[in-house]
Amino acid sequence: MSELNTGDSIEELKVTPDKYVPHRYAGATGDFNPIHIDPEFAKMVGLPGSILHGLYVMGLVAKTSAGAAGGDPRALKSLSVQFRGMSFPEQEITITGEVTGVEGDQVTVDVVAAQGDSQVIRNATAVLEIPPG
Amino acid sequence: MALKTDAVGKSWPAFDYEIGREKIREYVNVMGIDNPVHVDAAAAKAAGFRNIVAPPMFVVVYSAGAMGPVLFDPEVEMNFAAMVHGGQEFQWGEPVCSGDLITTTPSCKEIYEKDGKGFYVFETVSVNQDGAQVVHATWTNIVRGV
Repeated sequence: MSELNTGDSIEELKVTPDKYVPHRYAGATGDFNPIHIDPEFAKMVGLPGSILHGLYVMGLVAKTSAGAAGGDPRALKSLSVQFRGMSFPEQEITITGEVTGVEGDQVTVDVVAAQGDSQVIRNATAVLEIPPG
Repeated sequence: MALKTDAVGKSWPAFDYEIGREKIREYVNVMGIDNPVHVDAAAAKAAGFRNIVAPPMFVVVYSAGAMGPVLFDPEVEMNFAAMVHGGQEFQWGEPVCSGDLITTTPSCKEIYEKDGKGFYVFETVSVNQDGAQVVHATWTNIVRGV
Protein backbone atom coordinates (compact mmCIF):
# COMPACT_ATOMS: atom_id res chain seq x y z
CA MET A 1 0.00 0.00 0.00
CA SER A 2 1.39 3.36 -0.97
CA GLU A 3 1.82 5.96 1.72
CA LEU A 4 -0.51 8.92 1.39
CA ASN A 5 0.61 12.48 2.02
CA THR A 6 -1.25 15.77 2.20
CA GLY A 7 -1.84 17.08 -1.31
CA ASP A 8 -1.78 13.63 -2.96
CA SER A 9 -4.55 12.70 -5.34
CA ILE A 10 -6.21 9.34 -4.77
CA GLU A 11 -6.86 7.04 -7.70
CA GLU A 12 -9.88 8.39 -9.56
CA LEU A 13 -12.90 6.35 -10.57
CA LYS A 14 -14.74 6.80 -13.86
CA VAL A 15 -18.00 4.93 -14.35
CA THR A 16 -20.89 5.22 -16.77
CA PRO A 17 -23.92 3.58 -15.12
CA ASP A 18 -26.07 1.84 -17.72
CA LYS A 19 -29.78 2.65 -17.97
CA TYR A 20 -30.74 -0.27 -15.70
CA VAL A 21 -28.41 0.60 -12.81
CA PRO A 22 -31.15 2.53 -10.92
CA HIS A 23 -33.40 -0.54 -11.17
CA ARG A 24 -30.66 -2.83 -9.87
CA TYR A 25 -29.75 -0.35 -7.12
CA ALA A 26 -33.45 -0.13 -6.17
CA GLY A 27 -33.64 -3.92 -5.96
CA ALA A 28 -30.44 -4.14 -3.92
CA THR A 29 -31.41 -1.43 -1.44
CA GLY A 30 -35.22 -1.36 -1.45
CA ASP A 31 -35.39 2.30 -2.56
CA PHE A 32 -38.02 2.17 -5.31
CA ASN A 33 -38.76 5.91 -5.45
CA PRO A 34 -40.24 6.22 -8.98
CA ILE A 35 -38.09 9.26 -9.86
CA HIS A 36 -35.22 6.76 -10.18
CA ILE A 37 -36.90 4.01 -12.19
CA ASP A 38 -39.78 5.55 -14.14
CA PRO A 39 -38.72 8.24 -16.68
CA GLU A 40 -42.34 9.26 -17.34
CA PHE A 41 -43.00 9.78 -13.63
CA ALA A 42 -39.73 11.73 -13.35
CA LYS A 43 -40.79 14.04 -16.20
CA MET A 44 -44.21 14.50 -14.62
CA VAL A 45 -42.52 15.96 -11.50
CA GLY A 46 -40.32 18.27 -13.56
CA LEU A 47 -37.13 16.27 -13.94
CA PRO A 48 -35.46 15.73 -17.33
CA GLY A 49 -35.73 11.95 -16.90
CA SER A 50 -35.03 9.33 -14.27
CA ILE A 51 -32.14 10.27 -12.03
CA LEU A 52 -29.55 8.21 -10.19
CA HIS A 53 -30.02 7.58 -6.47
CA GLY A 54 -27.92 10.09 -4.51
CA LEU A 55 -26.86 7.28 -2.17
CA TYR A 56 -25.66 5.28 -5.18
CA VAL A 57 -23.30 8.14 -6.07
CA MET A 58 -22.30 8.37 -2.39
CA GLY A 59 -21.58 4.63 -2.64
CA LEU A 60 -19.20 5.34 -5.52
CA VAL A 61 -17.54 8.03 -3.38
CA ALA A 62 -17.15 5.47 -0.55
CA LYS A 63 -15.75 2.87 -2.97
CA THR A 64 -13.21 5.36 -4.37
CA SER A 65 -12.22 6.46 -0.86
CA ALA A 66 -11.79 2.88 0.40
CA GLY A 67 -9.81 2.21 -2.78
CA ALA A 68 -7.13 4.54 -1.43
CA ALA A 69 -6.75 2.05 1.44
CA GLY A 70 -6.54 -0.99 -0.83
CA GLY A 71 -10.31 -1.53 -0.72
CA ASP A 72 -10.31 -2.67 2.92
CA PRO A 73 -13.89 -2.10 4.16
CA ARG A 74 -12.54 -1.49 7.71
CA ALA A 75 -10.47 1.47 6.53
CA LEU A 76 -13.36 3.88 5.92
CA LYS A 77 -14.18 5.33 9.34
CA SER A 78 -16.48 8.13 8.28
CA LEU A 79 -17.92 9.79 5.21
CA SER A 80 -19.83 13.03 5.10
CA VAL A 81 -21.32 14.41 1.87
CA GLN A 82 -23.54 17.17 0.57
CA PHE A 83 -25.76 16.40 -2.40
CA ARG A 84 -25.62 19.38 -4.73
CA GLY A 85 -27.17 18.21 -7.96
CA MET A 86 -28.76 15.34 -9.77
CA SER A 87 -27.03 12.86 -11.99
CA PHE A 88 -28.23 10.62 -14.75
CA PRO A 89 -27.71 7.10 -16.08
CA GLU A 90 -25.75 6.64 -19.32
CA GLN A 91 -23.47 9.61 -18.59
CA GLU A 92 -19.98 9.29 -17.17
CA ILE A 93 -19.39 10.05 -13.49
CA THR A 94 -15.88 10.92 -12.31
CA ILE A 95 -14.89 10.60 -8.65
CA THR A 96 -11.70 12.38 -7.62
CA GLY A 97 -10.14 12.97 -4.24
CA GLU A 98 -7.28 14.81 -2.61
CA VAL A 99 -5.63 14.09 0.71
CA THR A 100 -6.12 17.11 2.98
CA GLY A 101 -4.55 15.81 6.16
CA VAL A 102 -2.58 12.94 7.67
CA GLU A 103 -2.44 12.37 11.42
CA GLY A 104 -0.95 9.11 12.62
CA ASP A 105 -2.97 6.32 10.96
CA GLN A 106 -5.77 8.70 9.97
CA VAL A 107 -5.95 10.10 6.47
CA THR A 108 -8.56 12.72 5.55
CA VAL A 109 -9.61 12.93 1.90
CA ASP A 110 -11.71 15.59 0.20
CA VAL A 111 -13.79 13.93 -2.53
CA VAL A 112 -15.85 15.23 -5.47
CA ALA A 113 -18.30 13.37 -7.72
CA ALA A 114 -18.85 15.13 -11.03
CA GLN A 115 -20.95 14.47 -14.11
CA GLY A 116 -20.17 16.80 -17.00
CA ASP A 117 -19.94 20.31 -15.56
CA SER A 118 -22.01 19.46 -12.52
CA GLN A 119 -20.42 18.60 -9.18
CA VAL A 120 -23.20 16.36 -7.87
CA ILE A 121 -21.41 15.63 -4.60
CA ARG A 122 -18.92 18.05 -3.15
CA ASN A 123 -17.58 18.98 0.24
CA ALA A 124 -17.34 15.24 0.79
CA THR A 125 -14.94 14.29 3.56
CA ALA A 126 -13.73 10.73 3.99
CA VAL A 127 -11.64 9.65 6.97
CA LEU A 128 -9.54 6.54 6.41
CA GLU A 129 -7.64 4.59 9.02
CA ILE A 130 -4.64 2.94 7.44
CA PRO A 131 -2.58 0.86 9.85
CA PRO A 132 1.18 0.93 9.25
CA GLY A 133 2.67 -1.86 7.16
CA MET B 1 -46.25 29.25 7.34
CA ALA B 2 -44.00 28.58 10.31
CA LEU B 3 -41.92 25.45 10.19
CA LYS B 4 -43.36 22.72 12.39
CA THR B 5 -40.74 21.63 14.90
CA ASP B 6 -42.81 19.37 17.20
CA ALA B 7 -40.75 16.31 16.26
CA VAL B 8 -37.42 17.68 17.52
CA GLY B 9 -36.08 15.29 20.15
CA LYS B 10 -38.52 12.54 19.21
CA SER B 11 -37.34 8.91 18.87
CA TRP B 12 -39.04 6.21 16.85
CA PRO B 13 -39.16 2.45 17.40
CA ALA B 14 -36.00 0.49 16.67
CA PHE B 15 -35.85 -1.50 13.42
CA ASP B 16 -34.22 -4.94 13.22
CA TYR B 17 -32.51 -6.21 10.07
CA GLU B 18 -30.74 -9.54 9.66
CA ILE B 19 -27.75 -9.30 7.31
CA GLY B 20 -27.83 -11.83 4.46
CA ARG B 21 -24.96 -12.70 2.15
CA GLU B 22 -27.07 -12.58 -1.01
CA LYS B 23 -28.19 -9.01 -0.29
CA ILE B 24 -24.51 -8.09 0.15
CA ARG B 25 -23.79 -9.79 -3.20
CA GLU B 26 -26.55 -7.79 -4.95
CA TYR B 27 -25.21 -4.57 -3.46
CA VAL B 28 -21.55 -5.13 -4.41
CA ASN B 29 -22.60 -6.26 -7.90
CA VAL B 30 -24.47 -3.04 -8.66
CA MET B 31 -21.71 -0.92 -7.10
CA GLY B 32 -18.97 -2.75 -9.00
CA ILE B 33 -17.06 -3.63 -5.82
CA ASP B 34 -14.98 -6.72 -6.50
CA ASN B 35 -13.22 -7.45 -3.19
CA PRO B 36 -13.78 -11.19 -2.43
CA VAL B 37 -14.33 -10.45 1.30
CA HIS B 38 -17.87 -9.37 0.31
CA VAL B 39 -18.85 -12.69 -1.33
CA ASP B 40 -16.51 -15.43 -0.09
CA ALA B 41 -16.58 -16.51 3.57
CA ALA B 42 -13.11 -18.06 3.41
CA ALA B 43 -11.60 -14.87 1.97
CA ALA B 44 -13.44 -12.78 4.58
CA LYS B 45 -12.19 -14.93 7.46
CA ALA B 46 -8.65 -14.95 6.07
CA ALA B 47 -8.81 -11.14 6.14
CA GLY B 48 -9.86 -11.20 9.81
CA PHE B 49 -13.64 -10.79 9.52
CA ARG B 50 -16.13 -12.98 11.42
CA ASN B 51 -17.96 -13.82 8.15
CA ILE B 52 -18.70 -12.33 4.72
CA VAL B 53 -18.52 -8.59 5.39
CA ALA B 54 -20.76 -5.82 4.04
CA PRO B 55 -19.21 -2.73 2.45
CA PRO B 56 -19.62 0.40 4.61
CA MET B 57 -22.38 1.91 2.46
CA PHE B 58 -24.52 -1.24 2.91
CA VAL B 59 -25.75 0.84 5.86
CA VAL B 60 -28.42 2.19 3.51
CA VAL B 61 -29.91 -1.31 3.26
CA TYR B 62 -30.15 -2.15 6.95
CA SER B 63 -31.17 1.30 8.17
CA ALA B 64 -33.75 2.21 5.49
CA GLY B 65 -36.52 0.44 7.39
CA ALA B 66 -35.85 2.65 10.40
CA MET B 67 -36.06 5.89 8.42
CA GLY B 68 -39.31 5.13 6.54
CA PRO B 69 -41.69 5.68 9.49
CA VAL B 70 -39.77 8.82 10.47
CA LEU B 71 -40.29 10.57 7.15
CA PHE B 72 -43.98 9.61 7.04
CA ASP B 73 -44.70 10.62 10.67
CA PRO B 74 -47.52 13.24 10.64
CA GLU B 75 -45.69 15.09 13.43
CA VAL B 76 -42.78 15.64 11.04
CA GLU B 77 -45.17 16.82 8.30
CA MET B 78 -42.59 16.35 5.56
CA ASN B 79 -43.48 18.01 2.26
CA PHE B 80 -42.16 15.32 -0.08
CA ALA B 81 -42.92 17.27 -3.27
CA ALA B 82 -40.40 19.96 -2.24
CA MET B 83 -37.91 17.70 -0.43
CA VAL B 84 -34.38 16.84 -1.47
CA HIS B 85 -31.77 14.72 0.26
CA GLY B 86 -29.32 17.47 1.23
CA GLY B 87 -26.59 15.73 3.13
CA GLN B 88 -25.51 12.50 4.69
CA GLU B 89 -22.91 11.46 7.20
CA PHE B 90 -21.89 8.04 8.45
CA GLN B 91 -19.40 7.13 11.16
CA TRP B 92 -18.62 3.42 11.12
CA GLY B 93 -17.63 1.18 13.99
CA GLU B 94 -17.63 -2.61 14.20
CA PRO B 95 -17.85 -4.21 10.70
CA VAL B 96 -21.23 -5.68 9.66
CA CYS B 97 -21.13 -9.34 8.65
CA SER B 98 -23.52 -11.86 7.15
CA GLY B 99 -25.69 -13.30 9.94
CA ASP B 100 -25.52 -10.18 12.12
CA LEU B 101 -28.75 -8.79 13.56
CA ILE B 102 -28.58 -5.00 13.30
CA THR B 103 -30.90 -2.81 15.37
CA THR B 104 -31.31 0.79 14.22
CA THR B 105 -32.92 3.50 16.34
CA PRO B 106 -33.89 6.82 14.70
CA SER B 107 -34.38 10.21 16.32
CA CYS B 108 -34.93 13.80 15.22
CA LYS B 109 -31.96 15.98 16.04
CA GLU B 110 -33.13 19.33 14.73
CA ILE B 111 -35.58 21.10 12.43
CA TYR B 112 -34.76 24.66 11.48
CA GLU B 113 -35.30 27.27 8.81
CA LYS B 114 -32.51 28.91 6.87
CA ASP B 115 -32.70 31.01 3.70
CA GLY B 116 -36.34 30.06 3.16
CA LYS B 117 -35.61 26.37 3.37
CA GLY B 118 -36.52 23.86 6.04
CA PHE B 119 -33.69 21.65 7.30
CA TYR B 120 -34.68 18.33 8.87
CA VAL B 121 -31.82 16.55 10.59
CA PHE B 122 -32.32 12.96 11.75
CA GLU B 123 -29.92 10.58 13.44
CA THR B 124 -29.80 6.81 13.48
CA VAL B 125 -27.66 4.62 15.68
CA SER B 126 -27.18 1.00 14.64
CA VAL B 127 -25.86 -1.73 16.94
CA ASN B 128 -25.24 -5.42 16.33
CA GLN B 129 -26.44 -8.45 18.31
CA ASP B 130 -23.54 -8.01 20.78
CA GLY B 131 -24.44 -4.38 21.44
CA ALA B 132 -21.44 -3.07 19.50
CA GLN B 133 -22.14 0.14 17.57
CA VAL B 134 -21.75 -0.40 13.82
CA VAL B 135 -22.77 3.03 12.56
CA HIS B 136 -23.89 6.48 13.65
CA ALA B 137 -25.69 8.28 10.83
CA THR B 138 -26.91 11.82 10.26
CA TRP B 139 -29.53 12.31 7.53
CA THR B 140 -30.34 15.85 6.35
CA ASN B 141 -33.41 16.54 4.23
CA ILE B 142 -34.07 19.98 2.82
CA VAL B 143 -37.53 21.31 1.94
CA ARG B 144 -37.71 24.30 -0.37
CA GLY B 145 -40.10 27.19 0.13
CA VAL B 146 -41.14 26.92 3.76
